[in-house]
Amino acid sequence: MATRQSTFLGRILAAPSILVLFLWMIVPLGMTIWFSLLRYNLLDPGNESFIGALNYEYFLTDPAFFTALGNTLLLVGSVLLITIVGGILVALLMDQPIFGQGVVRLFIIAPFFVMPTVSALVWKNLLMHPVSGLFAWIATSLGFQPVDWFSNAPLFSVILIVAWQWLPFAALILLTALQSLDGEQKEAAQMDGVGPFSFFFYIVLPHLARAITVVILIETIFLLSVFAEIFVTTGGGPGLATTNIAFLVYAQALLQYDVGGASAGGIVAVVLANIVAAFMVRLIGKNLEA
Amino acid sequence: MAVYSVRRQVTMTILAWIVGLAIFFPILWMVLTSFKTELDAFSTPPQFLFFHWTLENYAEVQERSHYFHHALNSIILSFGSTLVALLFAIPAAWGMAFSPTKRTRSTLLWMLSTKMMPPVGVLVPIYLIFRDLGMLDSRFGLIMVLFLGNLPIVVWMLYTYFKEIPRDILEAARMDGATIGKEIIYILAPMAIPGIASTVLLNVILAWNEAFWTLNLTTSEAAPLTTFIASYSSPEGLFWAKLSAASTLAIAPIMVLGWFSQKQLVRGLTFGAVK
Amino acid sequence: MGSIQLKGVTKTFGNTSVIPHVDLSVEDGSFVVFVGPSGCGKSTLLRLIAGLEDTSGGEILIDGRNVVNEGPAKRGLSMVFQSYALYPHMSVRNNIGFGLKMAGLPKSEIAAKVEHAAGILNLTPYLERKPRELSGGQRQRVAIGRAIVREPKAFLFDEPLSNLDAALRVQMRLEIARLQKSLGTTAIYVTHDQVEAMTMADKIVVLNAGRVEQVGSPIDLYERPDNLFVAGFIGSPKMNLIEGPIAAGLGAKTIGARPEHITVTTDGTGTWQGTISVAEHLGSDTFLYVDVPNAGTVTVRTQGELGLKAGITVGLTPDPARIHRFDNAGKAIR
Repeated sequence: MATRQSTFLGRILAAPSILVLFLWMIVPLGMTIWFSLLRYNLLDPGNESFIGALNYEYFLTDPAFFTALGNTLLLVGSVLLITIVGGILVALLMDQPIFGQGVVRLFIIAPFFVMPTVSALVWKNLLMHPVSGLFAWIATSLGFQPVDWFSNAPLFSVILIVAWQWLPFAALILLTALQSLDGEQKEAAQMDGVGPFSFFFYIVLPHLARAITVVILIETIFLLSVFAEIFVTTGGGPGLATTNIAFLVYAQALLQYDVGGASAGGIVAVVLANIVAAFMVRLIGKNLEA
Repeated sequence: MAVYSVRRQVTMTILAWIVGLAIFFPILWMVLTSFKTELDAFSTPPQFLFFHWTLENYAEVQERSHYFHHALNSIILSFGSTLVALLFAIPAAWGMAFSPTKRTRSTLLWMLSTKMMPPVGVLVPIYLIFRDLGMLDSRFGLIMVLFLGNLPIVVWMLYTYFKEIPRDILEAARMDGATIGKEIIYILAPMAIPGIASTVLLNVILAWNEAFWTLNLTTSEAAPLTTFIASYSSPEGLFWAKLSAASTLAIAPIMVLGWFSQKQLVRGLTFGAVK
Repeated sequence: MGSIQLKGVTKTFGNTSVIPHVDLSVEDGSFVVFVGPSGCGKSTLLRLIAGLEDTSGGEILIDGRNVVNEGPAKRGLSMVFQSYALYPHMSVRNNIGFGLKMAGLPKSEIAAKVEHAAGILNLTPYLERKPRELSGGQRQRVAIGRAIVREPKAFLFDEPLSNLDAALRVQMRLEIARLQKSLGTTAIYVTHDQVEAMTMADKIVVLNAGRVEQVGSPIDLYERPDNLFVAGFIGSPKMNLIEGPIAAGLGAKTIGARPEHITVTTDGTGTWQGTISVAEHLGSDTFLYVDVPNAGTVTVRTQGELGLKAGITVGLTPDPARIHRFDNAGKAIR
């Protein structure tokens, strides 16, 4: 409801943003699709030729792809599991009457503000290092053999780092949702004699369902593209043990200079992300109505 | 009000502090290490508090590694990209919030969907375009990429804030004879400033910590702190105290900003889906 | 000066016609109230006059000049919003003076006019406060101050009292009416509350589904409703509307009798006999809800306290001169 003049103005004002985003999306994506149909290697310039779906065939039948796909799914799934369960527990704890809540809150959200390269290196060198890391010292003090994390459990190590970074995000959002739980509902449940566990499963968890969905979707989008943590800790190795799709595409493009193959991989990554995005857009779109 | 027993409150407090400190510990440990000598940093058993406190790492990080050059890049990139994003997003969000059309909703969702495109999907063409235009390792190029990457979030956040400004007030201004320009200057901007400020904060944080494009498109000239820190990943020798000092410097400003903006964070991060 | 005329004004949103066709004229200096149930289009009509919405057709003349293609600022009207719409970041002084500032008046003149308006509205002690530091009634007065300071051709009020509590509403009703009379400025006032309409208006416009049902003075509408809708909407308690054999006996589809125009007897006389189901004792008045065969529940308003209780059988006699008759289309038969 507005006047014709303001409707017109509204469109004019929104146009630049829409235009640049459209170009940003369509031009590189179009180029990626085009490259993915070419034989195109930066080490062999001038010999580009159209080869149709061959890059896709190579990329999708390459065992490395399946390893990377498996790693990607394992990484996303594990981090989601750890951060959601951990996040709910932390949120429940933070919702209790505690002294110094403000300070504890700052402690808990701090990891989210640490740039990925810093958190990865701090974990790798200060905590998980097999000789001088703090974990090694704890293991030795307790009489165990120190673990060489990045050699023996490389993917788990990456998962641990990424989960540490995303736990605050989950906890913060779940806490916000938890605090919006109607106080009278709690009191009504108390009057009805509902025990703490029933209260959690029948009232709190359903109330959190929406926030949990939001956390899952947003984290998934970012976790599908985890890159820096792998780049600075393992470089995708040992072997392909910590190579996810994002890193595989990067390696193909900027380490092997195979533009065609990397583009095909990029398109595969886009397709995967779009499956998640479709759910996400629907969820947020619903909220937009309200 | 429910009555909580003191005992329960004490138990919960202790538990919460243990959990909080455990989560915070890696950061705390990094900060402590940054004040150690390289020898203490490497020692077994580790030194918790009673070591020789020193500032030499900080001094050395500055001297030997152009820390300030990269810090300046981080500032320029994060604030620059945010500023450009605001220039585009404020009018767009204004238009969509106050003159919505039938297509506004789908436009917003479409903008959001561009954010969901994984960067590897366009890494190759962006890299080649940058190479051909000589924009690899240039601040301008990176500002553009960061701006475009965050534009959807900025538009969304501003949109949700603008939406909360009652229509009546803008109409009252119109009745009072304010033109569109004056309406923005005298009414909208002052009322939207808290929202704009938290949008800026979140966007600066995101841009500061962005570590895909910065790692792939910069090497030294335009390299921000993310790339600078990554250069410690192949240590020739053991420079962990220095790594810690550099890391502390790299995250300290943004952590402070983040702590200040934490109340608005949830909303920004979930596109208004959780308030 | 401020006469407003609507000629064939229409408004459609998409495919729905909100205002099918309205002709109306508002004389200079009069207080006109648009009244009707929610969703009847009264606020839309006001917004069309204000220029906050485009008309889909027809003309709006202010002092004889068609303004449909002009923005709200150029029409010389001022508006008081339901939410007051005060600028939260400005002091009371700046809120009231904003319109003058936009009009480019010199500062000294703005200050003088704001002081004057504040004086009229007893706002002088609050001039430096922000809206959030004021009570509901004070905010309301600031909104009114903002409207009067510009000396507009007409005031537009969009349900301005609906956010106030009952006592304050009565008080502000009086103040607004008094202020409008003393300034002599045309006012158009939108409300869903027929009591406000009856007490404040020189002329009431009853709207229903975007259509003007009747225009007239409060007493006109009370005494001579044109149709069933107006008959049922104006007056409190509502007019009793009775169909069936009783109405047919009087040659109408429906007859209407106001609760205050029915006499109660307990001696077995009366046109209708019925049993009291509920009696509400207000002291000054008693409202009786009487179940009458063939007529349903009839509401009766009697003056004073008669000592009647539920269960008692009473006789009811409507004043024959004040029975309203309506035909099949709901139109009054006169």
